[in-house]
Amino acid sequence: MSDLSIRVEELGKLYHIGASRGAYKYKTLRESLIQAVNASLQRILNPRSSISGADTIWALKDVTFEVKQGEVVGIIGRNGAGKSTLLKVLSHITEPTRGRVRLRGRVGSLLEVGTGFHPELTGRENIYLCGSILGMKRSEINHKFDEIVAFADVEKFLETPVKRYSSGMYVRLAFSVAAHLQPEILLVDEVLAVGDTEFQSRCLGKMGDVAREGRTVLFVSHNMGAIETLCKKGILIEQGSIKELGNIHDVVAKYVHMNLIQQEEPFKNCSRSGNGKIRITGFHLENPDGNMIAHAVSGSPVVFVISYQTNGDRCDDVSVGISVHQSNDANIFMYYSNFSNVLFSNLPRTGEFRCLFPECSLAPGDFLVRFRIIDHGIEVDWPKIAVPISIHMGDYYRTGSFDGRLLDFRPPVLVRGEWSIKARS
Amino acid sequence: MANTFAVPKDIPEIVYEPSQGLVPINFRELWEFRELLYFLTWREFKVRYKQAALGVAWAILQPLLTMVIFSVIFGQLAKLPSDGVPYPVFSYVGLLPWQFFATALTHASTSLVGNSNLLTKVYFPRLFIPLSAVTAGLVDFGIAFVILIGMMLYYGIAPTWNVLWLLPLLILALLTSVAVSLWLSALNVQYRDVQYAIPFLVQAWMYASPVAYSTGLIPAHGLWRVIYGLNPMAGVIQGFRWALLGGSPPDILMAISTFMVLVLLLSGLVYFKKMEKSFADVV
Repeated sequence: MSDLSIRVEELGKLYHIGASRGAYKYKTLRESLIQAVNASLQRILNPRSSISGADTIWALKDVTFEVKQGEVVGIIGRNGAGKSTLLKVLSHITEPTRGRVRLRGRVGSLLEVGTGFHPELTGRENIYLCGSILGMKRSEINHKFDEIVAFADVEKFLETPVKRYSSGMYVRLAFSVAAHLQPEILLVDEVLAVGDTEFQSRCLGKMGDVAREGRTVLFVSHNMGAIETLCKKGILIEQGSIKELGNIHDVVAKYVHMNLIQQEEPFKNCSRSGNGKIRITGFHLENPDGNMIAHAVSGSPVVFVISYQTNGDRCDDVSVGISVHQSNDANIFMYYSNFSNVLFSNLPRTGEFRCLFPECSLAPGDFLVRFRIIDHGIEVDWPKIAVPISIHMGDYYRTGSFDGRLLDFRPPVLVRGEWSIKARS
Repeated sequence: MANTFAVPKDIPEIVYEPSQGLVPINFRELWEFRELLYFLTWREFKVRYKQAALGVAWAILQPLLTMVIFSVIFGQLAKLPSDGVPYPVFSYVGLLPWQFFATALTHASTSLVGNSNLLTKVYFPRLFIPLSAVTAGLVDFGIAFVILIGMMLYYGIAPTWNVLWLLPLLILALLTSVAVSLWLSALNVQYRDVQYAIPFLVQAWMYASPVAYSTGLIPAHGLWRVIYGLNPMAGVIQGFRWALLGGSPPDILMAISTFMVLVLLLSGLVYFKKMEKSFADVV
């Protein structure tokens, strides 16, 4: 493997799940003793039964691929597909159950922003601590210290404990330390989904620099735009196996197609009411560039995309309604396009209704979305299902100082106004 | 920053595959990460006394207050023999290694579970987690030791050349703490029972060690002394007293204790390395 940087051979990772029998599950001593007796009895009675299938799951199975030195590879797939497990095995955090990983070069992994940060320690102290945990030598950190601080833009707060940092500052500093790690192989897991938009693009820029330097990068993200910009090659993982491998644009296209089919599934057989001239066939979120996204971010633009199909009958004054609910089904808002004087006519046979929210004002959390179409006040289609969406933390107030996680109680929407003070005579 | 970058040709290939049998300790890797041990130790120590009004003073107060209580109960009321040395100094010398050991145990046993975010997100030699919890106690030990010097001056006890044995004895105490910590920290990942058992274990272990009383109370010959020596801390504390205060030199008890330390340390390392690979999945 002269010019190979990573070679993964028939990699498999088995996890034990299940209620009580998992060998790798945290358990009490008593349970364990009982289990040990049971297991040895089982072994005597039934020597050939090895790993039972019911309580186990192959998070990765038969994964084989190669990465050349200097390649930047994007790994995509749905949540739980095995992307993170793959990175964990590659970064030696967990051991494979089967197969083998061969690596050439020092591996740096960035699976989470802020790994190793301690809230009680100051910014300066955390740079050293976090840096050394990520595998940097002290001399290396000394050398890069000013660069790290400048990139994170926290000069003034170096002697402040990071627990007093705003979430924005915290994330900036944490990413900055990690971004200055210079291993031959860099593994990055969805860390760009944090921080404000401006910082995110700076992070992307930094990642681009790393890639241009000729380092090997494996990059997991749900942000297809970022992946397509940074990577040339892609790997699509589905249920622990490689589904597609090759040119990044082909892999992303395959993934988007797979998701569309997946999103259409719930609309196929649900109960619905209406005259059926138009039928809603799917729903997903996109960013304004038209890339599908897995979740929206508070304060960032998001497009609700509702796919439909008509039966060919004429529809003139179509109004499309979206309602968003909390997980207990309490309604947060309802918005029909005719509220904004938008009525659709001359509909193509199949297409999508798109509604851009320039600034997502939903607070971080999980919500349900329902849809209804009316035409001249007559119900056309009302699928009786709710599609879950999730909203991630973002810088809604553009101040960097708001952290929704710190609120004791979580209102579902964020609002912004103009505050002022005035004396009364 | 360099704009071009190439993997040096001599970089060895790293292979990760399922391990079988005994997992060897990668000493080269430990050496490469040595600075991390320093930083983790330093973090342990810094964080331990953060937001405590008295701060590092606790390193002195803990053994000092225990010594006062012991002096009243065991020294004044029970009038336990103290090898001809004033009881406060006698018990304080025992408390020094004991506190070091007990603190190490308490912190190290929960260290892996407490650092689960590190275990699941980044790789480094896992041995350093319980190890740093132990070594952080060395700083407290050093601070508490200064008080001992003051006490010896006050009571007019002059050290002999035996004091040179302190360093090997301290290393023995360190190894004892590491050995027990390896076992308990790895066990706690699987069985959280450990963390509930620790306070009791520490208390029982203290009474089984010659902290408040002298090893002179144990019959000098025969089986009892051998059994008593199975407690590795018995030898350590006996050694500390002898090195600092004189009196009867270490005997068979010390030898058995030292042997026990080695047994615990080796078995602890084997167990830890065996469990290590599943830490990230279980914790």
